[in-house]
Amino acid sequence: MNNKEKANMLRGKARELRVTALKMIHKAGSGHPGGSLSAADFMAALYFDEMNIRPEEPKWADRDRFVLSKGHVCPILYSSLALKGYFPYETIYTLRVQGSILQGHPDMKVCPGVDISTGSLGQGLSTAVGMAIAGKRDNKDYRVFCLVGDGESQEGQIWEAVMTAVKYKLDNLVIIVDNNNLQNDNTCDVVMPTGDLKGKFQAFGCETQGIDGHNMDEIVEALANAREKNGIPKVIVGKTVKGKGVSFMENVVLWHGMAPNDEQLAIALKEVEGE
Amino acid sequence: MSGKATRDAYGEAILELGKANPDIYVVDADIGKSCKTVPFFEQLPNQHVNVGIAEQNCCGVAAGLATTGKIPFVTTYAVFGSMRMVEQIRQEVCYPKLNVKIACSHGGFTPASDGASHQAIEDMGILRTIPGMTVVMPADYYSAKKLVKAAAEIKGAVYLRFTRDPIPFIYPEDAEFEIGKAVKLKDGKDIAIIANGDIMSVALKAAEELEAKGYSVKLLDMHTIKPLDMAAVNDVIDNIGKIITVEDHNILNGLGSAVCEVVAEKGKGIVKRVGIQDKFGESAPYEYLLGVNGITVENIVNSALEMLK
Repeated sequence: MNNKEKANMLRGKARELRVTALKMIHKAGSGHPGGSLSAADFMAALYFDEMNIRPEEPKWADRDRFVLSKGHVCPILYSSLALKGYFPYETIYTLRVQGSILQGHPDMKVCPGVDISTGSLGQGLSTAVGMAIAGKRDNKDYRVFCLVGDGESQEGQIWEAVMTAVKYKLDNLVIIVDNNNLQNDNTCDVVMPTGDLKGKFQAFGCETQGIDGHNMDEIVEALANAREKNGIPKVIVGKTVKGKGVSFMENVVLWHGMAPNDEQLAIALKEVEGE
Repeated sequence: MSGKATRDAYGEAILELGKANPDIYVVDADIGKSCKTVPFFEQLPNQHVNVGIAEQNCCGVAAGLATTGKIPFVTTYAVFGSMRMVEQIRQEVCYPKLNVKIACSHGGFTPASDGASHQAIEDMGILRTIPGMTVVMPADYYSAKKLVKAAAEIKGAVYLRFTRDPIPFIYPEDAEFEIGKAVKLKDGKDIAIIANGDIMSVALKAAEELEAKGYSVKLLDMHTIKPLDMAAVNDVIDNIGKIITVEDHNILNGLGSAVCEVVAEKGKGIVKRVGIQDKFGESAPYEYLLGVNGITVENIVNSALEMLK
């Protein structure tokens, strides 16, 4: 498969992920569609191309790790895991249901493919750093991918973790920033401006790339660039649109954490599938 | 006084553990010198991480290491280990049931001259409320060495609390300890003293004074306040009924509270809690800080005599 074919395949996967995430949030009646949709293209590229994983062996010691530091967008992670075959597809309809492996925020104890439990913002990146340090010390080739929100980067712990990644030369760590500029209360610009995130990660000593987080060609290229073993942690800041793919959700703060009703779901699916 | 700080025991035990098992890691937050992990860092640099002055990240990095099978010991002061990183402990260690130990020096009033900012008086109580956490404070250097090694054998979260300053030896070097099992230092039938940590020597002297007055005193070292040794506490309630708890910790939610919970649910027995009276310390001599809170031989003896009337 050449790069063009690959990007086309991944665009299809991203559509499937969006459809799956919307369906599961609708069924659950609650959840976080906005950030799930903004991260969908990155998730497609990671799970269907970049990451070295074995769905049939979720705890394979040499697997690449994925840390969803912005844990509330787990519908998009669960969609990725379902479509990869970590669990039966129908499981998606148990999101947030008592006893389900699909908890409201990811629980590594019960959900195959979840490498660390997250949900409290700012904490996942530190665990990704720990995993990457272990990989280095054990001379393993696995890499660790961590998805961080731009709002989440308001947490000071993110920058503590970045300093550690640079100190320990974690070129096996790829931090992806879902830069959708929206958070729970309002836009990041209003709540707490995150400023030039690419410049900030760069200043901390990371190798950073700024791309369009919905352009699959750019995502594939950026992930390929991030493979370089040069002793420097990699950061990809993807400019994204919260709610991407569903017109009435795009850039609307309210859709950070609200489920679509029947009618809204029908429109949303039509829009996503007809992209 | 013949004794040693339990932080020294930690430093020695963790080095021995690390030499025997390459999966044992120390994750420091810039106070390795004070927490006695420098020999570990010097001799086992490949099993050591220092994240700098960043406790929240310290805990998270340890959790990440633990997902790969490492056994990290987060090493810091008790105030930071129980409060600055408490939500990280809850979310990334206890909830996912990861095998991370939180090893903390400067427990209770033992950093006496440092003042209130560095005196952890709430730590064991805070951590006791997190599901899956084991909470331990050894009573001397020898028991600390054994209990650190016992903690490494447990698969799961353990909070270990050590002293900054030397405390008297209580045990012989070859004594054995089990996490969750109280040690009977004295057997008796009139009154029971249940204590732990650095003030064990105070409790021991109080027990001896009571014995000199003709009473039969049971003294338990409840080094583990969670899981509490229910058999030992129930035995004391059933066969003695009069209990004094002694701790270098706030009387709220520490050892005394843990014992009271059992007594209350059983509906019999009476407890007097000797400990920090829900107020901050200050820079002062250790004995002064204990004294103003009534953590003294005299107060324990008088409380006992009152109960024995």
